[in-house]
Amino acid sequence: MKDLIEDIERWQAAGQRVALARVVAVVGSGPRDPGAAMAINEASEVVGSVSGGCVEGAVVTEALGVIESGEPRLCTFGYSDDEAFAVGLTCGGTIRIFIEPLN
Amino acid sequence: MDRLFTTLAQCISDEDPVALATVIERADAVEGQNPSLPELGATLLVSHAHGVQGSLGHDKLDAVVAGDVSAVLSSGRSVARHYGSAGESRLNDVTVFIDVFAPPPRMIIFGAVDFSAALVRVAKILGYHVTVCDAREVFATKRRFPEADEVVVAWPNAYLETVADRLGALDAVCVLTHDHKFDIPAIVAALSTKVGYLGAMGSRKTHAERVKRLIEAGADPSRLSEIMAPIGLAIGARTPEETAVAICAEIIARRAHAEVRSLRDDTGPIHRVAS
Repeated sequence: MKDLIEDIERWQAAGQRVALARVVAVVGSGPRDPGAAMAINEASEVVGSVSGGCVEGAVVTEALGVIESGEPRLCTFGYSDDEAFAVGLTCGGTIRIFIEPLN
Repeated sequence: MDRLFTTLAQCISDEDPVALATVIERADAVEGQNPSLPELGATLLVSHAHGVQGSLGHDKLDAVVAGDVSAVLSSGRSVARHYGSAGESRLNDVTVFIDVFAPPPRMIIFGAVDFSAALVRVAKILGYHVTVCDAREVFATKRRFPEADEVVVAWPNAYLETVADRLGALDAVCVLTHDHKFDIPAIVAALSTKVGYLGAMGSRKTHAERVKRLIEAGADPSRLSEIMAPIGLAIGARTPEETAVAICAEIIARRAHAEVRSLRDDTGPIHRVAS
């Protein structure tokens, strides 16, 4: 997150809407620890990362939805015991990502 | 969050330890809306300099979470926790993500030599606040170490006294002076701090001589095994840059309690010839 602040402030100063996505929980093997963050603006520009690259695309799609609706959401990526999600992690773990608007 | 983002950015830039607690999940997500639960995204900021700002939607929940922040801050690891809507610890009405932002760890490098310049660069990549300290003012210049946060002209022990109480488990002291005159006071002073990593450059022979002098200088003999010397992992490093990687890798491995081979625990020459 520390590394994203400059870009977020620049985007906000330019009047762009921004969403912040943070890893809030990791179950099993996950590439990044809780606190790893990525920021997305309404033009789909991205800084930071929340995984080794496997779920970033899906997070951008969710983040654009958050910017549009203004409502935060908690997303889960990976495999759990009873259901398989659309986007998986190659390392086999599950990560939960909280995405919120920064208006 | 929007409103608190400016304060968060300020705290981070001032190196003021800060935590941001955010409601990320409500127990009623499945069963339908319970209006008494805090709003998703509600945020509380807790910092040393700015105190408590914002709210998670309930005074008692705010107080409990603010109280939990200091322990999370000292662990340095962001974590999600469950609470009742009024902060009850055994309930699970809401999940609060406590995201902590501690100031960067410090690396203090003694000796303004070429190895130090390379170590500054690698340490900066890893996010350290880096100080280079040497008593010789011709060598200890900002021009020679442009990426260092600080270049200090002082005797190692005198400088360490000024920062001793700020050093902790995540910080590192690297003694690269290669000169007993500076090594000894630096190591004696570093051993009296709580610094998590202490490494010293030099061959096994140099270190054996150094150990004798350290004991003469009054260092506690039982603490001498804490010194990582020869400094760095046994990865066959030769250049200043490779040595810097070996040192930083050793710091990471020690912190993670990973089982890898340090030069200290190895035998034979530290500079191997590739065959």
